[in-house]
Amino acid sequence: MSSQPTETQAPTRRRKPRPAGTLYRGDITGLWSWVLHRITGVAIFFFLLVHILDTALVRISPAAYDAVIGTYKTPIMGLGEVALVGAIAYHAFNGLRIILVDFWQWGTTHQRLLSWIVIALWVITMAGFVPRHLISVFTGQ
Amino acid sequence: MSVTIENPRSPYTRPRVGGLNIEKWGWIYMRVSGVVLVVLIFGHLFVNLMLGTGVHQIDFAFVGGKWSDPFWQWWDTIMLWLAMIHGANGMRTIVNDYVRKVQVARVLKVALFASAAILIILGTLVAFTFDPCPAGAPADLVASFCPVS
Ligand code: HEM
Ligand code: HEM
Repeated sequence: MSSQPTETQAPTRRRKPRPAGTLYRGDITGLWSWVLHRITGVAIFFFLLVHILDTALVRISPAAYDAVIGTYKTPIMGLGEVALVGAIAYHAFNGLRIILVDFWQWGTTHQRLLSWIVIALWVITMAGFVPRHLISVFTGQ
Repeated sequence: MSVTIENPRSPYTRPRVGGLNIEKWGWIYMRVSGVVLVVLIFGHLFVNLMLGTGVHQIDFAFVGGKWSDPFWQWWDTIMLWLAMIHGANGMRTIVNDYVRKVQVARVLKVALFASAAILIILGTLVAFTFDPCPAGAPADLVASFCPVS
């Protein structure tokens, strides 16, 4: 009896409160793009540490360098390179978006559009890169 | 005795201590280096992975061809410095965000600084002391312009 709704309370649909006026909403223009930017940045950093060491083998001997760089041409590593280039392309385009939003008023008021442009540029880059790279990995051309 | 009270509506001004604001310059560096790195890294990936026979062309002779030209030595060295400092500084931000223990954070930051410094020096030396035609190397492994020994 005590838990009955009283007549004066109109039934309303419950809504999740949304914070107003923050950049970081839980959609692709906010939090997820930030998480992805962070993960790709860390991944590229660790690749770069190894990559400088493998390149340094040119100072040991031609045979040593060729042996290690040869592993870049195997199918498994070939797929890893697709992931690496995907990470770089995302970090680069999204980084440019961050810079535009920071320095350019128009960018701040058109964040959604800019995020879609980032996704579109990423898709175009990968559409150009992936077939070409897989042909090189699997047929050597 | 009269006390002056600051106007409560006056905007907050940060107390300035030193002259140089390191964090601000770090923030600017991330953006300036990022713009340059887009060109350098995309160029690097395009020449090495898209042109010619892609990843299959890469071997000692290929590097010999590129690094006998100062253009590519400088390209790679600038890319090395910018990317390494950008990446290490970004990792420092992440350590600041997640590592609560001051001692652990300090150890990680020293490790980041040390690895970045060592790899920058190593990579710069490698690019500029590189010999495309090392004495006694088998002719089929080095660039075609090397004199046959
Ligand atoms: C391709 C060109 C690149 C662009 C345009 C770019 C852009 C940016 C920008 C603008 C930031 C700062 C984000 C912020 O302050 O909120 C950033 C952070 C970062 N970048 Fe890059 N970057 C590039 C390449 C790289 C490379 C090569 C590495 C690794 C060696 C890297 C690793 C990182 C890391 C670890 C962070 C910190 C992420 C965070 O705090 O969440 N970036 N990048
Ligand atoms: C799968 C992708 C990659 C391949 C196959 C590759 C291949 C190579 C090769 C063959 C070299 C020797 C010199 C030259 O060709 O210019 C080199 C050097 C270098 N690469 Fe990459 N690279 C890749 C990705 C990257 C990425 C993503 C970065 C930046 C974050 C990078 C940064 C560098 C640097 C700084 C050097 C110079 C190292 C030194 O001076 O010792 N590379 N790379």
